[in-house]
Amino acid sequence: MGAMSVLPFLPGIAAFSMAYGTVAARQGFSLADTLVMTGTVYAGLAQMIALENWPREFTAASILVLVAIVALVNLRYLLIGATMRSFFAGEPAHKVYPTLFLLSEPNWLLTLRYQANGGRDPAYLLGGGVAIWIVWVVTAIPGYLAGAAVGDPQRFGLDLVVPAFFAAMLVPLWRGPRRSFGWIAGAAAAVAAQQLLGGFWYLIFGVVAGFLAGAFNDD
Amino acid sequence: MIEKDPLGFLTAIAAMAIVVYLMRAGGYWLIGRVTIGPRLRRMFDALPGAIIAATVAPAMLQGGLRAVLAVGAAAAVMIVLRNDFAAVVAGVAVAAGAFALGM
Repeated sequence: MGAMSVLPFLPGIAAFSMAYGTVAARQGFSLADTLVMTGTVYAGLAQMIALENWPREFTAASILVLVAIVALVNLRYLLIGATMRSFFAGEPAHKVYPTLFLLSEPNWLLTLRYQANGGRDPAYLLGGGVAIWIVWVVTAIPGYLAGAAVGDPQRFGLDLVVPAFFAAMLVPLWRGPRRSFGWIAGAAAAVAAQQLLGGFWYLIFGVVAGFLAGAFNDD
Repeated sequence: MIEKDPLGFLTAIAAMAIVVYLMRAGGYWLIGRVTIGPRLRRMFDALPGAIIAATVAPAMLQGGLRAVLAVGAAAAVMIVLRNDFAAVVAGVAVAAGAFALGM
């Protein structure tokens, strides 16, 4: 039942995962590397931003940067997970904690609605989570093959897959200027930091500025 | 680089996977131990948009007119069709066209 509920989200998830596969291929990942990352990290936006900032070599510092990126991008899951407390009330920890690995925004939103309508079966979140995970991992393969087949990414516009995708994701997030201070400040601080400091600092500055400015959003 | 350092790659992936899982499970675990007020909630709500904007804005500045046109096309298609796949296709097509025109 939980698995069926996520059907409307699957085309969007597949499109996102294909874009990830394309970018991973462009970064020189093998297909196995691509699938291991997507199946274990399992956080679309964080994977994309990590790939955009992928280090040339792995050092303690460069791995720490990757960890900081995915932590920042996924901070919101602290809140998302917290809202599942009442849904899992009375469930044993050995069932709840593995299920939380598959927690993502679509099955979370659907579970909240299911719970609001009186649903109490904890397997609902799990069913949707398994369906999304399978589609997410499998659809990275055609994206990878398409990306790996292309020589010069600029010629086919593939270097702009991520910015184009992100621009599309910003559209439904727009709720008028008084409720969008967070990302206006984030964009401005990121551009300023890029001009002044270079490197990956723009991301840290932009995200922190956006996070702080978010406090002034209207409800 | 990845072929040369499989151990580094796996370490990076494992570290990222663990941190992401800690975010997923940590909030569930923490709740009841801390209270999240309306201000902090607004800040967390603003995070995804801030992250996306902080990634896109510098990319547009660095990519010049070609990137601005491609990202603009993706946003325009999204506003009209509300379909992220069509938006990405439009953005990539404009980027490829602009490259062909020498941008």
